[in-house]
Amino acid sequence: MLDSLLAVGGLVLLRDSVECEGRSLLKALIKKSALRGEQIHVLGCEVSEEEFREGFGPDINSRVVYHDLFKDPLNWSKSGEAVPEGPLGTLRTLCRRTDPGPVTIALDSVSWLLFHLPCITLCKTLHALSQPSVSSGADSLVDQVRVLGLLHEELHGPGPMGALSTLAQTEVTVSGKMGQTSASILYRRPQQRATYQTWWFSILPDLSVDLREKLPLHSELHPDPHTTQVDPTTDLTFNLHLSKKEREARDSLTLPFQFSSEKQQALLRRGPGQTTSHIFYEPDAFDDVDQEDPDDDLDI
Amino acid sequence: MFPELNNLLGTTPDGTEQGKLTLLCDAKTDGSFLVHHFLSFYLKANCKVCFVALVQSFSHYNIVAQKLGVSLTAAREQGQLVFLEGLKSSVDIFFHAQEEPHPLQFLREASAGNLQSLYQFVRDSLKPVDSGETPWKFPVLLVDNLSVLLSLGLEAVAVLDFMQYCRATVCCELKGNVVALVHDNRDAEDKENGILLNGLSHQSHLVLRAEGLATGFCKDVHGQKSVPIPYDTFA
Repeated sequence: MLDSLLAVGGLVLLRDSVECEGRSLLKALIKKSALRGEQIHVLGCEVSEEEFREGFGPDINSRVVYHDLFKDPLNWSKSGEAVPEGPLGTLRTLCRRTDPGPVTIALDSVSWLLFHLPCITLCKTLHALSQPSVSSGADSLVDQVRVLGLLHEELHGPGPMGALSTLAQTEVTVSGKMGQTSASILYRRPQQRATYQTWWFSILPDLSVDLREKLPLHSELHPDPHTTQVDPTTDLTFNLHLSKKEREARDSLTLPFQFSSEKQQALLRRGPGQTTSHIFYEPDAFDDVDQEDPDDDLDI
Repeated sequence: MFPELNNLLGTTPDGTEQGKLTLLCDAKTDGSFLVHHFLSFYLKANCKVCFVALVQSFSHYNIVAQKLGVSLTAAREQGQLVFLEGLKSSVDIFFHAQEEPHPLQFLREASAGNLQSLYQFVRDSLKPVDSGETPWKFPVLLVDNLSVLLSLGLEAVAVLDFMQYCRATVCCELKGNVVALVHDNRDAEDKENGILLNGLSHQSHLVLRAEGLATGFCKDVHGQKSVPIPYDTFA
């Protein structure tokens, strides 16, 4: 499961909820990337660096660069520990990084960034961040960039959630509780149909993933179109079929409100020699006879 | 403190975890008994407590605390308790010199403010003195309650930022605990309160929910166990 999530670059959104946290899965993905030899940049906004690095061995920790936006993101302490450029500046610096080799950027969390930055600015920056970077030098290699973003579902409305979904190449929704967790993964690949996968897993204390079961791919759930359709008219207590005579009688029936020329002739009885019709009107004593034509002003 | 609650949480004043955020939450009932519990619990545990009390007067909390076996007056005199009485303080702000920051400074600001001055107050109350020697075990911040801050015009993000700074200082730096109460108005369309509640739930190590039932009070412990245990109302 982790390999398929890390197979392509772009934005991977990890959606979690209060009932089921997604930070462990984020850390498991970071561990997997680090073991492949990638450099990891973590933008930490919600937990301290010490708490985030818990569970990583020294070999992993050496590959993880932690940008601390947890301790003093808004420069309240004035102790010089704050990140001077703020969250947006830090993100933009990550866009301009020049280290060679594939890199993974982990955002813990995108929810925090959405609260502190305008949605449009954040989306533009995330889009720029997840573009492959071109190494300087004669080879001009294109390095894959992967952005893992942790997003807390209940904190945002449909607008920002929809905007982030459109940006993401992969969306993982974690749910479940009491040790049983499921990840529903939506893969969006360019020029391909979106595919779904669902995995049951649990994350061990050393941040490795214990996979339980994979549910079938969405496309595999469609039934074979060549199987025979079941005839719904079998085993009925009444007759739905028509015999030949009954069918002919039904077809020759004229419907009472269907207008045809025969019907018109039958209804309108024209007097001999009369080409126009006359209307004979005898007003009552109470009738208000107005010689003016009320439709005079209509321009037909 | 309530011994039944201690038994449920598996804690005693002598042995309790440090560096944790506990979120208290009440729905259709009054969860303030949880605040009284933790106030007396941490005072008995010999911790330095900073209590941001926005809802009731000092004498109210003192009367309840005395029933639970602690004296807030004595604790305050000894320096163990720093008590911010929101009801009194919010009126004092108008007679306060504008140059000096007041903990509830945001009440004076016309536009959506932040809680930087309140955070500074908490930090100054709980940080150890220069000598480093302190008779108290670890610092504790108690807030009653955060939903009031939303009613006073602050946005949920401002309150979440304040709680983040308190966590960074009290939990991570000073290895203390933070306990805060938030109301849960599930039926009302209060988006800001929902964001505050869910946002804090993500960050909490323990969430204690008190829910009102027709038959009495029922407490649902989320995070460690999720078995609702009905018991009689607290006096």
